[in-house]
Amino acid sequence: MNPVDVSEIKKENIEYHPMEHLLRMDRIPHIWCPACGIGTAVTAFVSALEKAKPDLDKVSIVSGIGCTGRVAGYMKLDSFHTTHGRAIPFATGLKLANPDLKVVVFSGDGDLVAIGGNHLIHAARRNMDIVVICVNNFIYGMTGGQVGATTPETARCSTSPYGNFEPPFNLPLLMESCGASYVARWTALHIRRLTDSIVDAFNKRGFSFIEVIAPCSTLYARWNRLGSGLDIMKYYHEQSITRHNADPRDLKIDFQKPIIVGKFIDRERPTFIDAMNQRFSAVFGDRYTPYGVPAGPRSDEKEGVNA
Amino acid sequence: MKADPRGVLTGAHYLDGDHACAEGALAAGCRFFAGYPITPSTEVAERIAARFPECGGVFIQMEDELASSIAIIGAAWTGKKSMTVTSGPGFSLMQEHIGLAVMLETPCVLVNVQRGGPSTGLPTLPGQADMMQARWGSHGDYEIIALAPNSPQECFDFTIDCFNLSEKYRIPVLLMTDECVGHMTERVIIPQAEEIDLVERKYYHGDKSKYLPFKPDKDMIPPMVKAGDGYRFHVTGLTHDERGYPVMSWQCQEVLVRRLVEKIKNNADEIYRYEEENTDNADVVIVSYGISSRVASRAIDLARKQGVKVGFIRLIVVWPFPEKKIAELAAKTKALITVEMNYGQIALEVERCAHGKCKTLLVPHGGGWVHDPQDILAKIKEALQ
Repeated sequence: MNPVDVSEIKKENIEYHPMEHLLRMDRIPHIWCPACGIGTAVTAFVSALEKAKPDLDKVSIVSGIGCTGRVAGYMKLDSFHTTHGRAIPFATGLKLANPDLKVVVFSGDGDLVAIGGNHLIHAARRNMDIVVICVNNFIYGMTGGQVGATTPETARCSTSPYGNFEPPFNLPLLMESCGASYVARWTALHIRRLTDSIVDAFNKRGFSFIEVIAPCSTLYARWNRLGSGLDIMKYYHEQSITRHNADPRDLKIDFQKPIIVGKFIDRERPTFIDAMNQRFSAVFGDRYTPYGVPAGPRSDEKEGVNA
Repeated sequence: MKADPRGVLTGAHYLDGDHACAEGALAAGCRFFAGYPITPSTEVAERIAARFPECGGVFIQMEDELASSIAIIGAAWTGKKSMTVTSGPGFSLMQEHIGLAVMLETPCVLVNVQRGGPSTGLPTLPGQADMMQARWGSHGDYEIIALAPNSPQECFDFTIDCFNLSEKYRIPVLLMTDECVGHMTERVIIPQAEEIDLVERKYYHGDKSKYLPFKPDKDMIPPMVKAGDGYRFHVTGLTHDERGYPVMSWQCQEVLVRRLVEKIKNNADEIYRYEEENTDNADVVIVSYGISSRVASRAIDLARKQGVKVGFIRLIVVWPFPEKKIAELAAKTKALITVEMNYGQIALEVERCAHGKCKTLLVPHGGGWVHDPQDILAKIKEALQ
């Protein structure tokens, strides 16, 4: 295909992309490789914002470092590109200091699960009322394709040239056991399902975690001879099995084996702020003014079960 | 702007330095605190945890110091005043986020109740060996502001000053206290709320579509906005332009980092603070700060009783370092003697600024206990030989 000569395009013929109002168009083109899964994850996120219709002025997006860490910089929202692994505690500070904000953490597996793993588990334990979208491409992309905490066993990476021999995290199991209110996993080609899950997460009070299995079209593909990014994306999509409410113990991802996707957890638990208000109201009575109580009805504070 | 009375415990109290620091934060309007327990700083967090519920503040004990030090940056972007407290090992873990707060020009306060190091060192005993780490601990080039109190009263007062400097210059400000001051109990007077002056953050009020998050005013400090106010702004720890967008070029680096440095350097005359005593006709001038300055006072009294003309300069703001003042003293005295609880950190700055105009000596101490005034006295005599 020949490159398009931009000067030839007449202004009246330019069709505006329907998502432009939510993207920082002055930062496009983005840095991601062709057929990288992050693009479709962002598309799903933007579609979800349009469906969930939150007050966009009150939505903050926080990213860490890495390929997915660049998402915040492309979204026309209050957006924070922070340090490696620490998007969740930054988001925790934002949310607790202004509970009116809807805070989304959008980052990668290396950022959230490896260097930031401690924050991930504690935010889930506290049921911090934030949405975490974790793009899992099984590899460190930005630094050139190193093995990570989610790399399937036997997969090759630049620092596991003979095949990975460390077991990877099963993220839905980890999040379920830590107490997340909402846990789902989709691949980057399940755009509609993924969008719906992000909408669910937006409407959920509590810690929501969505894993997006995405191809690293350049590095993971090359190291493992998996063809083009599109080939992998299709492969993940075709080889995935939708099983809602599956037992999280069955959700381990093996190299080039079918991936179980779906909505696994959707339960009610008091959020950090709910629990804090409940405790302090019990202790201080009228001397305590409940903090950041939303105008709408309070959520049911019973410990729910896997819905 | 005056203090919110809800946070001000007006009256005469008998408090240790850590508790006084917590009260200072409350009086300064701090309403978000994230911390992780570490001796000898924990009492600050404990007092905040006990006091916040009735003052409208949010306290959270985070999973580690990395989390604490970035949660306060997140909170600051909602318009809240925020603080964390730590000691040696925790201070090491916070260094990356001191750099982030510098880069994002985020007002926040970090307190380091110094203990003996390196590593786990002396958790329950004092040190002053993190002074250079306070200056240079995060990677990259930057300026910082650090204050050193020498009493519980100053822990209260200087914590308020830290918040004010932080709001004024959009920079993380460090309160560099130590185990002795932190655990020393003395009378602390907390004034009425209307007697406490607070610096209000400079906000942008213009056209939303024209807002540039890192476009400085004439004072080199950009006005801030809050998350949630509809500006849809971007901030990044990457080198960025006035829009806050990353730009990977030496030109952008030059504009940004030079401004980050100069907004402090060029305003340093307003930031410097020290106490100076009998330096005009002194043969020897003692330079000290924090707890060591109190021990030095004793040695100075002893020396004066023996007829030695000893001057004293106590640093209150240690960073930025009062270069001109030290140079001026070096020109009119025979020796500058630095008394500090390390093997020569601020002494290096004194030596640099004295520029060979006078002798520069050090009374070192590895930490774990304060100096013996006799050692300081001996150094004074040595300087005059």
